[in-house]
Amino acid sequence: MPHIALPPTGTAAAWREAARACLSARLPPEAVTWSRGAEAGVLFDEGEAPPPVKAGPIRVPAAFVEMAAQVCWHRDPQRFARLYAFLWRLRLKPALMEDAADPALVALRGMEKAVRRDIHKTHAFVRFREVGERDAPRRRFAAWFEPQHLTLEPSAPFFARRFGDMDWLIATPDLTARFEGGVLRLEEGAPRPELTADDAEELWRTYFRNIFNPARANPARMLAEMPRRYWANLPEAQTIPDLLREAEGRVRAMAEAAPKEAPFYARALAARREEAAAPAPAPAGGLAGLVREIEGCRRCPLWEGATRAVAGEGPVDAALALVGEQPGDGEDLGGRPFVGPAGQLLDGVLREAGIARERTYLTNAVKHFKYTLKGRRRIHQSPSGGEIAACRPWLLAELAELRPKLVVALGATAAAALTGRGEGILKRRGRIEEGPDGLPVLLTVHPSFLLRLPDPVLRETETERFREDLVAARTWLEAQQAA
Amino acid sequence: MSMSLQDKLAILSDAARYDASCASSGGQRRDSRDGKGLGSTTGAGICHAFTPDGRCVSLLKILMTNFCIYDCAYCVNRVSSNTPRARFSVEEVVTLTIEFYRRNYIEGLFLSSGIIRSPDDTMRDMVRIVRTLREEHDFRGYVHLKTIPGASAELIEEAGRHADRLSVNIELPTEAGLARLAPEKDAGAIRRHMGDIRLRREEAGDRSHRGTPAPRFAPAGQSTQVIVGADGADDATILRQSQRLYGAYGLKRVYYSAFSPIPEPSALLPVKAPPLVREHRLYQADWLMRFYGFEAGEIAEGGDLDLSMDPKLAWALRHRERFPVDVATAPREMLLRVPGFGTRTVERILSARRHRRLRHADLLRMGASLRKAAPFIEAADWHPGALLDSGHLAARLTPAPRQLALF
Repeated sequence: MPHIALPPTGTAAAWREAARACLSARLPPEAVTWSRGAEAGVLFDEGEAPPPVKAGPIRVPAAFVEMAAQVCWHRDPQRFARLYAFLWRLRLKPALMEDAADPALVALRGMEKAVRRDIHKTHAFVRFREVGERDAPRRRFAAWFEPQHLTLEPSAPFFARRFGDMDWLIATPDLTARFEGGVLRLEEGAPRPELTADDAEELWRTYFRNIFNPARANPARMLAEMPRRYWANLPEAQTIPDLLREAEGRVRAMAEAAPKEAPFYARALAARREEAAAPAPAPAGGLAGLVREIEGCRRCPLWEGATRAVAGEGPVDAALALVGEQPGDGEDLGGRPFVGPAGQLLDGVLREAGIARERTYLTNAVKHFKYTLKGRRRIHQSPSGGEIAACRPWLLAELAELRPKLVVALGATAAAALTGRGEGILKRRGRIEEGPDGLPVLLTVHPSFLLRLPDPVLRETETERFREDLVAARTWLEAQQAA
Repeated sequence: MSMSLQDKLAILSDAARYDASCASSGGQRRDSRDGKGLGSTTGAGICHAFTPDGRCVSLLKILMTNFCIYDCAYCVNRVSSNTPRARFSVEEVVTLTIEFYRRNYIEGLFLSSGIIRSPDDTMRDMVRIVRTLREEHDFRGYVHLKTIPGASAELIEEAGRHADRLSVNIELPTEAGLARLAPEKDAGAIRRHMGDIRLRREEAGDRSHRGTPAPRFAPAGQSTQVIVGADGADDATILRQSQRLYGAYGLKRVYYSAFSPIPEPSALLPVKAPPLVREHRLYQADWLMRFYGFEAGEIAEGGDLDLSMDPKLAWALRHRERFPVDVATAPREMLLRVPGFGTRTVERILSARRHRRLRHADLLRMGASLRKAAPFIEAADWHPGALLDSGHLAARLTPAPRQLALF
């Protein structure tokens, strides 16, 4: 019966080669035995060396190749045979790999998981000590580690990527990894080297002791993640028994400590702060004062879900004011009106209509963003009549400060806030109606209406009509100024 | 008399232990295989040690200084506390980070700080530390930087360029709580700050019209922490806040930190045992929102989570009309709602059921916790029968009440 002795390094790649050879020779699992290295007690039949690779590709699911590459590092002596037996079945039924309930697959997956965990723990728990001069061009470090499985080889590249600018050595009972001048080598295992603690170790223990919160002591959780068998090589682990012993007393001391008087500098700082705090700023009045008041608005519950209130923006002497619906996601984050997708569309149409945005006052009928959450996205929701009414005083106050010549209401919400009626915008658009205090209000659609139109042709026509409404606003204003 | 590095480290790590986050995951992958710099990030994060409180040590989590001009009642470093104070120099933080990193103790640095003089002064000094690490020492490990609301845009910009993750703590679940316990903090400013970070991250993700990528900005995203049990907010309020934070600012994580006794307690907040079970239930609920398709409102229908069982089981017991679920045909969304099925188990079921009629034993092998799941599912050889509607179901599925350790 052929026996295949795989090398102690490069084991996973060698298994793959050998398994491919056995499979192309149609060697059933019971006709071959496997081992790592030429282990004592295993008979090696020279007459039946592993069969040569035959031509012709063998296809197996990539998921198997990935799994096998891990399982090979497991200490179970049967791992190679189990892998080959599964591969033997897999060649006729590739879908077996997806059958998460197959007992052989479940066992292999279990081994794979154990290996991955052991690699992860190796990455986590290796502790280097400095063995060279601190001011050498390449500093030198060394570590002794005892992994549960044969995982130094698959673990080593991580250290090469991480510690590229230093030389290091990781010795384990099975294998030694040596990284010198940027070259990684694997050698036979060696007895534990003598490594003396360097001075960083005491600092590390200090950190470990102090980052522990005695009021949350939970040794079971610690042990689940950092089992005792790793402790011998972890310098911080020796502090654990003391930390646990002292925890209860430390917590009791905190509970019994009576609140103390504040230190002198706290009183000095408080006094200085009181002194520095200018008398409450007189209501600034004007538009600036209004903006500050809007920021603190609590007239309806919308503020709770929003980042901030978004007040209007534009020159105090603007002749034209544009009123939209409410801030959207982008406006809520950025704090300015009309900066999201609808705002960008509006910018373009304003330019084409010959209206300068920086000479125009832009605001919204409702100042906080109303939305529902869809998973992780905030989806715009139209404000209710109550919310529009709650916010209306702010809009009226803005307009009272500005006294614009003309207001353009963009969409139904703005129309409702300005004319008391939000219905029938498509019929009323382009008309000038009477707004608060007799202000003339030109009605049109909201730019987001255009964004929602799925048909590009329709969107083009509607954008054209929107532009005409804005041109009408400009012409009306020019006529007023000429008169 | 100047303090030794040991003494400073003791004070400034002790002061940092109340920040729950120690994650080093996410973000771009880097390494130093070219032999020039030091360090790598793998995207997955590594816990290098576990303290006896069961928490992971991934990063060197320290304060730059624990001097602070704010007076937050829950915080050991508040100005009115008599805790010993210290301050690291730039060189000290850099040396600790690099020497710890070279010995494979840590994945990188999590730097926070008390507020000294002003938000800008504090942020400027913190940014200097990270800049030194990155630019002078070519440090390629992970950096998590706490940012200070109110710091200037240039400083935040530079912080995001050097750090993998930025965070700002929301601290408490309600504005009223914040006003009472942290009078100098401004909930609105914290939200605006998070919004600003989200916008900057999105800009960094956009390519310019010439196709050149914008400079990277906090590639591992932003996170926050909320203290549980310091004010009277219920779990529904806390979870609604988290859901809003995830939605509005694209946070990677919301951390829940059970309010824990501190040395030098404030008269406003008497010392009590930290509500660790409640914290655990909140993390489970948070997980349900992020990976299982649950909404905050349905998880904590009654205001507070049930401490005696996990929130998914509690939901299933309240909604037995939605069960049993047939593992052979149910859609993914419904499988995810079965108590005892994790996301992995659900993926395995979806894949395996194309090949066989799943039986009780198959599910067990695939990692399902059938003790919990059995009353809620149907399989080829299993039907819960009257079990699902049994009045004793809740009692069967929750461990017998246990005497809680006295504080």
